[in-house]
Amino acid sequence: MTALHRKVWRELWQLRSQALAIAVVIAGGVATLLMSLSTLEALQQTRRAFYRDYRFTEVFAELKRAPEELGAALAALPGVQQLETRVVAAARLEIPDFTDPATGLLISLPDGRNPELNRLFLRRGRLPAADRDREVVISESFAEAHHLQPGDGLAAVINGRRQRLTVTGIALSPEHVYQIKPGDLFPDAKRYGILWLNRSPLAAAYDMDGAFNSVVLTLARDAREGDVIAALDRLLAPYGGTGAIGRADQVSHSYLEAEFQQLETMARVFPTIFLGVAAFLLHVVLARLIATQREQIAILKAFGYSRFQVSLHYTQLVLLMTVLGLALGAVGGFWLGRVLSELYADFFRFPWLDYRLLPSHLALGSLITIGAALLGTFGALRQAYRLPPAEAMRPEPPARYRPTLVERLGLQRHLAQPSRMILRHLERRPVKSLLAILGIAFACGILMVGNFQQGAVRHMLAVQFDLAQRYDLAVTFTEPTSRRVLHELAALPGVQAVEPQRQAPVLLRHGHRTFRTGLQGLVRGGDLRRVLDEQFEVLDPPRQGLVLTDFLAELLAVQPGDTLSVEVLEGRRRRTSVVVEGLVREYVGVGAYMDIEALNRLLGEGPAVTGALLALDPEQRPAVVAALNRSPRVAGITDRLAAILSFDETMARTVLTFAFISTLLAGSIAFGVVYNSARIALSERSRELASLRVLGFSRAEISYILLGELALLTALGIPCGFLVGRGLCWYLTVGLRSDFYRVPLVLESSTYAFAAVVVMASALLSGWIVRRRLHRLDLVAVLKTRE
Amino acid sequence: MASSSRTADDTEIVFRAQALTKVYRMGEVEVHALRGIDLELPRGEFVVLLGPSGSGKSTLLNILGGLDTPTSGQVICGGRNLVAAGERELTEFRRHLVGFVFQFYNLIPSLTARENVAIVTEIARDPMPPEDALTLVGLAERLDHFPSQLSGGEQQRVAIARAIAKRPAVLLCDEPTGALDSQTGVVVLEVLERINREFGTTTVVITHNADIARMADRVIHLGDGRISTIERNPDKRPARELSW
Repeated sequence: MTALHRKVWRELWQLRSQALAIAVVIAGGVATLLMSLSTLEALQQTRRAFYRDYRFTEVFAELKRAPEELGAALAALPGVQQLETRVVAAARLEIPDFTDPATGLLISLPDGRNPELNRLFLRRGRLPAADRDREVVISESFAEAHHLQPGDGLAAVINGRRQRLTVTGIALSPEHVYQIKPGDLFPDAKRYGILWLNRSPLAAAYDMDGAFNSVVLTLARDAREGDVIAALDRLLAPYGGTGAIGRADQVSHSYLEAEFQQLETMARVFPTIFLGVAAFLLHVVLARLIATQREQIAILKAFGYSRFQVSLHYTQLVLLMTVLGLALGAVGGFWLGRVLSELYADFFRFPWLDYRLLPSHLALGSLITIGAALLGTFGALRQAYRLPPAEAMRPEPPARYRPTLVERLGLQRHLAQPSRMILRHLERRPVKSLLAILGIAFACGILMVGNFQQGAVRHMLAVQFDLAQRYDLAVTFTEPTSRRVLHELAALPGVQAVEPQRQAPVLLRHGHRTFRTGLQGLVRGGDLRRVLDEQFEVLDPPRQGLVLTDFLAELLAVQPGDTLSVEVLEGRRRRTSVVVEGLVREYVGVGAYMDIEALNRLLGEGPAVTGALLALDPEQRPAVVAALNRSPRVAGITDRLAAILSFDETMARTVLTFAFISTLLAGSIAFGVVYNSARIALSERSRELASLRVLGFSRAEISYILLGELALLTALGIPCGFLVGRGLCWYLTVGLRSDFYRVPLVLESSTYAFAAVVVMASALLSGWIVRRRLHRLDLVAVLKTRE
Repeated sequence: MASSSRTADDTEIVFRAQALTKVYRMGEVEVHALRGIDLELPRGEFVVLLGPSGSGKSTLLNILGGLDTPTSGQVICGGRNLVAAGERELTEFRRHLVGFVFQFYNLIPSLTARENVAIVTEIARDPMPPEDALTLVGLAERLDHFPSQLSGGEQQRVAIARAIAKRPAVLLCDEPTGALDSQTGVVVLEVLERINREFGTTTVVITHNADIARMADRVIHLGDGRISTIERNPDKRPARELSW
């Protein structure tokens, strides 16, 4: 090891606490980068393989009923590579020891074998045997939620007929990686499951003998998805086709896409912040080191070390700190990635998840990190490179100070000398002070991001469930029913109020923009399902025209007053034009609403209902559920309270993990920035402060000068951090906007308070450490050394 | 003003400086540090540059050592014009030909005595081992001490060992005893004297201490950026006889 290398190592050891503080910030950046990249890679890799090996289809179509012969015509459509028809049915499920209403999606399998498309991955057990009518394979998340094993039994009410089923296997499907009940905010594996059974018994139970109501297909190599969908829609329209969709609109797939998008955002935003702050810290520390080592630089140059060798020497110091951070970050990133992947494994059901840290990601992370470190320290390194040896030999000229803004405004009489010193010191290096404030602000901002989601989700739930969906149970019927059913429901003991629901699938068109959604009929003056305007005031559905979710209006580029073309996708498939009368604020889903009477007129049908909303006496709730379960006309029951509780439960775990990680990381930034600022200030000013001690200042008084500066930086950083935090949260909400839900930019005061408290705690901790050093200031030694 | 009446053939000239001027800015002030210096230094000579502070001594030394460039004029060393030399050439020049000793020693605090010498020998051509250089200055026993564990005189001797270890053609010393008491200063000067005698290293010592001039072959007086007088020392005294 050369003498110069020894110098690097010894100086690194001297700077160890600062180096470690910086390394931790770098580690935060590297860890978030590797975490996001490796999780993204694991999910994408797994999805690609799962989709490919289990032949995930590219187009999906639902219809009312078509004869099996039509299947051949569909398969012959140009652009179709392979096509399968099947029977899909919704059913109420009865699970032993579980009284809450649960719904299942029943999907047919070719009798006794795995389908060619959307093949099942059998986790355990076997497929239903060809001649066994009551055998069923269930989805893994549903099986886990109820501890169901092959051999266990459950019942499904299909089309009003109760069937006993025996579980033979537990499976996963590329079609249902993400299993969410349509219209739900969050997956609820206890109350929603996917079940696969032989086609013959399912068709028999669902009146689909020799017919099908669902088509899935893969596309030929050069086929255009849009063309195939259009052709399919034309052929299926007479059979009640509700419109074919591509993968982009398939629920499971599009949730995955949205999640990948979010991970990509995370991979971009957080590492940028961390590495930006780390670059700044490295710059500050190195610039100070080079300033104190002016003479050593001069000596090295005087003895014939080239400018390049000298700057390389300091570069090595930077690289050592960076590599330390990289190593910590790689370990942290690997660990965080595992944690995150496990969290994802709860939401996304893949047969396997191939999680590992790719060398290429490590290389990319190293490259970005080292790049950021060198970019940050470029100025300081250039200083070392350029410093002419003769000039470096002379001590650094006294820093130029000038009266501060406060003083130029004539306010100095309010400030004692020490306070003026603080202000002048900060104003002398405005860029450095600003960057320190910015660093603290980002720490504060990240802390807010960590906690914002919880508050925002609470707000979403409050709006959704306290103001809009106020019913206890939503009941859907197997088919449109006469309004008489409402009276029957109202007569059930424990039912306090009943309101009708009418829903029809429609295609909304405005110019070239189209959107497929459910058009819901609401009762004017209703209390159980309401829609809200921008101010969260209840909006009565207009007698004419419709109202749209604000997000849907954006998608369709319509404003109140515009006319939409509405194409009903069932029954007589009417097409009409309807005026948009207003916008509705909704965080969940995208809907269109009308007065229920107007909707019935539009559909050209009598006063039919497709469902009902119930308000219950909580005491009688199990009795009502039991009664509904016995009713053959009830296709499904949604329990609002259960939905909220299950949501809270899932959310709590995710949010807590996320908040814990981000608090840890943001705390390290805050500590890194404040601690390094304090150490630099101490190094720059120890002589000055010792002189003051000699002149009779107390320890407390000189502490004030040094720590007052930090307090001021922190105090300025926190409000800036509130702005940064708001900005970051806003950026996140924009990234999270989807058809499924929009997270509102609602920041609770506790979110602000938490961020401020953590930043202040980090500042206090670093202030306390520096103050101990300040107290040990050796007055004589400090004054003896030559500046 | 002619510097010397000697001719180039009886002694080899190591340095020849002609019409050197140096102007630099200190904040908003223009400082004329050198106002036309002509100087020749023959091989093996021990020269003392004497002058009050601000007379331009250090500037001259820095220019001769290739640390600084003059505003105008020429410096020829070993047939090379240092003024025309680029950064790379100047670095090479300093690396192989010049040894520096500074008033405040300028040791690297994080390196031991041995390593402070090694840092120079590692990049020099044909250096002496650091241990030998430190033995020469009487520090054989303190090889592994850090600067903070050495006295001022010892630190300056490490600095001298560092400067001579590369066997430089010229040793440039800027107030080498300026920070030392008289007794310690004499020890340091004795080392310089011995190096000059045993290795024939051309040695330039700048000082404002007139007593040190008594050990020189030649004394050059500097004032206000010009050479005021040059005197040959008829009665050169050994360093150990000096005191101030």
